[in-house]
Amino acid sequence: MYSVPVAGLCPQGSYGIQDSLRSGFTSVKNELLPSHPLELSEKNFVLNQDKMNFSTLRNIQGLHAPLKLQMEYRAARQIQRLPFLQSSNLALDTLRGSDDTIGFEDILGDPAQSEMMGEPHMMVEYKLGLL
Amino acid sequence: PAAGFNFDNAARNAAFDGLFEGGQTPKPLKTGTTIAGVVFKDGVVLGADTRATSSEVVADKMCAKIHYISPNIYCCGAGTAADTEKTTDLLSSNLTVFSLNSGRNPRVVMAVNILQDMLYRYHGQIGANLILGGVDCTGNHLYTVGPYGSVNKVPYLAMGSGDLAALGILEDRFKHDLELEKAKELVRDAIHAGIMSDLGSGNNIDICVITKQGVDYIRPFQESEYKETRKPKYKYRPGTTPVLTKKVVPLKLEVVEETQQSMDTA
Repeated sequence: MYSVPVAGLCPQGSYGIQDSLRSGFTSVKNELLPSHPLELSEKNFVLNQDKMNFSTLRNIQGLHAPLKLQMEYRAARQIQRLPFLQSSNLALDTLRGSDDTIGFEDILGDPAQSEMMGEPHMMVEYKLGLL
Repeated sequence: PAAGFNFDNAARNAAFDGLFEGGQTPKPLKTGTTIAGVVFKDGVVLGADTRATSSEVVADKMCAKIHYISPNIYCCGAGTAADTEKTTDLLSSNLTVFSLNSGRNPRVVMAVNILQDMLYRYHGQIGANLILGGVDCTGNHLYTVGPYGSVNKVPYLAMGSGDLAALGILEDRFKHDLELEKAKELVRDAIHAGIMSDLGSGNNIDICVITKQGVDYIRPFQESEYKETRKPKYKYRPGTTPVLTKKVVPLKLEVVEETQQSMDTA
């Protein structure tokens, strides 16, 4: 299971360059430390929860149980739409058991309604290796 | 872009705090409340005042602080108004989905557990102090959930900025297995004490009685004596204003173009 990434909150402007108008001047502190106490914890929440569940499962039922489940997760994660479209991740949700719960991530910041979208042609070409 | 809370502006807001002399960042709408709950013989009585404040100004005089969670569970919320509203809405949705899945009425402990998990995840950043009361197959329950996820199960309870005054009344007159009328009166007096002694509470008193037979949401249970007589609409009868003079000027209109379009009625 991959480790939880901690550092490297990249600058929020487009193209990965610091957006001085919106976020102020760059500083090493800004990029390494989160500006809000919840930022890190929220970024890795699902990851941490999965890790915890898998390790409990391993302790109770042995190594094979989480291994098999992780294989299914990996398979479900690959079911996506075209590169620039948001996927509903229904299979992944069902596996996790979060398909019948509603949380803040379903109401706030819905990616389907975000104002920015990737360039469709570019993204498909990149995915197909034609770029 | 990730779903859920967006922290992009947190750095900017932190930088703002020191910039304006006198702190001009807008403050969130707090409910600065008195809420109370009492377990009586046949169920639970919840009470709340109806004032919502935004710093020193009363923002809402008829705020509804008793939220619906499920047909047998209601929740009073103190703290930041938006937080309590959204958290109870999410809780209500989750419990509805559960009861549709399983065909049963949810239990109060389920609501408490969901709330606890949700609030602990956000480490107190969601400012919601909630009193959950309900009747289910295991009995009548009254719980309180704090913003950090702390839970307490008690027979009588008061929360909010006026809780000390309300708690005084409750401590003095609470007995187990009260009758309905006595319980309603007790909660009313507790909220009244909160309204009188606390600036953040005021206006009317709402009462919600939950029993096995059903819910009685009395809003308002008691209106404050300082009600204003401003009406939302001003409509006067024709003839209220006396007519002094009348002058009629007919406008001469010239017909410039006339077209006729027949309607297709098929």
